[in-house]
Amino acid sequence: MSNGLALLSIFVLSIFIGFEVVSKVSTTLHTPLMSGANAIHGVILVGAITVADRATSNLQLALAIVAVVLATINMVGGFVVTDRMLEMFKGKPRVRKEAEGVDAE
Amino acid sequence: MNKNLYDLVGLVVAVCFILALKGLSSPKSARRGNWIGAFGAFAATEVVFYSPGQTGNHKWLIIGAIAFGVIVGVPAARKIQMTQMPQLVALFNGVGGGAAALVAIVEYLKLGADASMADVVASVFTVIVGCVSFSGSVVTFLKLQEIMTTRPVVFPGGRFVIAATLVGVLGSGEWVIHSLGTTPLLVVAGLSLLFGILFVLPVGGADVPIVISLLNAFTGLTVAASGYVLQATVLIVAGTLVGASGTILTRLMAAAMGRSLFGTLFGAFTAKPQAAVEGGEARSVKSGSPDDVAILLNYAQRVVIVPGFGLAVAQAQHTVRELADLLAAKGIDVAYGIHPVAGRMPGHMNVLLAEANVPYEQLVEMEEINPTFPQTDVVLVVGANDVVNPAAKTTPGCPIYGMPILDVSSAGNVIFLKRSMRPGFAGIENELLYEPKTTLLFGDAKESLTKVVSALKAL
Repeated sequence: MSNGLALLSIFVLSIFIGFEVVSKVSTTLHTPLMSGANAIHGVILVGAITVADRATSNLQLALAIVAVVLATINMVGGFVVTDRMLEMFKGKPRVRKEAEGVDAE
Repeated sequence: MNKNLYDLVGLVVAVCFILALKGLSSPKSARRGNWIGAFGAFAATEVVFYSPGQTGNHKWLIIGAIAFGVIVGVPAARKIQMTQMPQLVALFNGVGGGAAALVAIVEYLKLGADASMADVVASVFTVIVGCVSFSGSVVTFLKLQEIMTTRPVVFPGGRFVIAATLVGVLGSGEWVIHSLGTTPLLVVAGLSLLFGILFVLPVGGADVPIVISLLNAFTGLTVAASGYVLQATVLIVAGTLVGASGTILTRLMAAAMGRSLFGTLFGAFTAKPQAAVEGGEARSVKSGSPDDVAILLNYAQRVVIVPGFGLAVAQAQHTVRELADLLAAKGIDVAYGIHPVAGRMPGHMNVLLAEANVPYEQLVEMEEINPTFPQTDVVLVVGANDVVNPAAKTTPGCPIYGMPILDVSSAGNVIFLKRSMRPGFAGIENELLYEPKTTLLFGDAKESLTKVVSALKAL
């Protein structure tokens, strides 16, 4: 299998995993899902570091360094804000059980 | 580090990202999932410095840039108010898209004449979509932050300008692929930025969340395409996962608004407002005092609270929880009916109520709560309108027709907390306001709720 084809296979299989995993996310958590997914695409930082490392001119280096900064903001900020939101989603067992009775109807 | 070991780490990172998304299937596992994702991202960033082929040039400059990004990003993420979450997500998404576009530009500059066609096409794709995502997200941010108008910005011949820009983008993309020049690539980037702006401008405030979600999917795909060019498996997996999640969310949101994605993006709401108005201004409504509302609530057995964005605008989440706790202490069964598009992004209302310490078990989704309305004595609608408007079921042709709604009209009594008789975002009259079972309490949601709480305490 050629390298390009291997990458394409990974891409196609990832589509299926993505749909499968995300369709099970509860609607309550759609906002954290969006910001969490947002943080995950911050991994473009890896790409930014790679191109910065291999830059052969000052222009390339400057663009790549800007990309590193932007990608870091995206990634680190995204995970921090998602954590802040999820921290608030704590179940409170102290609250009455009637709510469950309603759900079971 | 040898190549096999490096690729193995890449696999571990990809699994971390999948587990992060999987964790979100329940609030209990979600936080741990996010930590796993963050760990994966950290590991990926760490090992890239040891990857085969890494020269170690500019290492300290890169580390400095990362430190700077952390200094900017973390305080922003820590300080943001929960009501402003959609803006922040839009902004983070925009910078991610911008980063992907820059990476693609740099990579393209280095490709040289012996580049493979697939690499060039993937680079051009990343530049186009990354730039659209960047400028589109910035406009979205400006709209949500209300730095610019939230109303659709439409100018004469706008659609032709947008179409022409799109043709320009594709045409210049073609030009890059044939000429492999630098200037054409800059033209592509410029036109793509312009297209991003033009494409978001006509979208109205209510539809902006759909656009954020769509742009999120776009950025994911650009990251995947960069992964192809850079031969980085991690980027392909991560980008594709995000693309899939963004696509699903966009479709869910469009469905929750009862409209096609196409209609949203090309201005279904620009249809004449007031289309559904039948009666005149003279029709009477029943408005009540906070005391009337308190009495109605006090003698109910089951109360459902329907929060809308008006609640968030008035910062009344905490007051509404206080009211719910008070009612619960009286032995009244209280639940919140959450419409999927309540708030400004999918699931936003859940976050806002979670911030006010409302236990998520009390937040009931639309499909689950609708069958319980006939057994509900009082529905308290706080700052919501379109999501309970029966016109969505009864008036074919009105802009929200077909949108699933919370079926509050089958409850015993309906109380609306509203600032005025102004119709909601969609600009449609709500028949429910004129029904005999409906009581209106005018005023700022927070003030009204505070008054109801004190009236209820006095009873």
